Amino acid sequence: MRTWQHPEFARGAREMTGTALGIAAWGLVTGVAMAKSGLPLPLAVLMSLVVFAGSAQLAALPLLAGGAPLWVIWATALCVNLRFVIFSAGWRRYFGDLPRGQRLRMAYFAADLNYVLFMKRFPRQRPAPEAVPYFWGGVALNWTSWQVPSLIGLLVGERIPPEWGLGFAGTLALLGLTFSLLHDRSTWIAAGVAGAAAVAAYALPLKLNILVAIAAAVAIGLLIDHTTTQPALPEEDLT
Amino acid sequence: MTAVEGVIAIAGLALITLLTRGFFLIPERELPLPAWLQQGLRYAPLAALVAVVAPEVVMTQGQLITTWMDARLPAVLAATAYFYWRRGILGTILAGTAVLLVLKLGFGW
Repeated sequence: MRTWQHPEFARGAREMTGTALGIAAWGLVTGVAMAKSGLPLPLAVLMSLVVFAGSAQLAALPLLAGGAPLWVIWATALCVNLRFVIFSAGWRRYFGDLPRGQRLRMAYFAADLNYVLFMKRFPRQRPAPEAVPYFWGGVALNWTSWQVPSLIGLLVGERIPPEWGLGFAGTLALLGLTFSLLHDRSTWIAAGVAGAAAVAAYALPLKLNILVAIAAAVAIGLLIDHTTTQPALPEEDLT
Repeated sequence: MTAVEGVIAIAGLALITLLTRGFFLIPERELPLPAWLQQGLRYAPLAALVAVVAPEVVMTQGQLITTWMDARLPAVLAATAYFYWRRGILGTILAGTAVLLVLKLGFGW
């Protein structure tokens, strides 16, 4: 059976549909920002299609348009993408036994929300036969619902008034996803600490406040886990 | 910037996407991570989400907002209420965006 015919492929895509509208709104806003950056349109289209990392694109754009040295552009994108290094350690639990070429192909497409939804679906950190098709289903929908609006945004550019506040739809999608991950005291506390840390460290360059927030939340989470009785991981959802 | 430089810059950015997302998937042998770190990693996606959301809601231009008359706050309240009523993310987005648009376009917040 081909990957896309597997029922878990459909499930992966279906569970991504809720957030797809938010991703699409965000893709659109990113496309508009790229159109306004002064980057020539063919380069902007190429960037959207091959870089496929919204925050890194937005961070690199003004540098690229302003003629900054290559190493500055690349170092900036690297810092903005550091959270993916953390996530890749999580992916290894599930996909470490696959051939390297396949691992890298999957890694390239593995965006933030794919990680979040995947970890909800497979909370036990071990390989599962359904994991690969589920992964590709979510990735396929995420890629499409990001790239299509992003290209539309590039083409229509200025004609979308910023006062519509469309970018906030993306934030609301993340908010809903956040709520769906809050199921006990330790996750609520970790979330509170992460939010406070992200706001307090906001002045750091290159979105490093996100890394500060992750480090703070992991630290407080571990502290809670080790000082209270261990809560059982949620059962694997087999519905 | 010439077109060639632009293409080189973008190719490098694509490589960075691959290398960061694949970092721990690149070596054939697993890099040993301490057990406590593996356990703690389950908080990472939640923290990354909150770290993006919180400043977007309570900050403007890098400063904490100083007024309650900000359309984002009622929008977040409406989105939160919807989520705990129905649990759907699509509806959460729509409820919040609707409140935001009404306040911004209708009341000029």
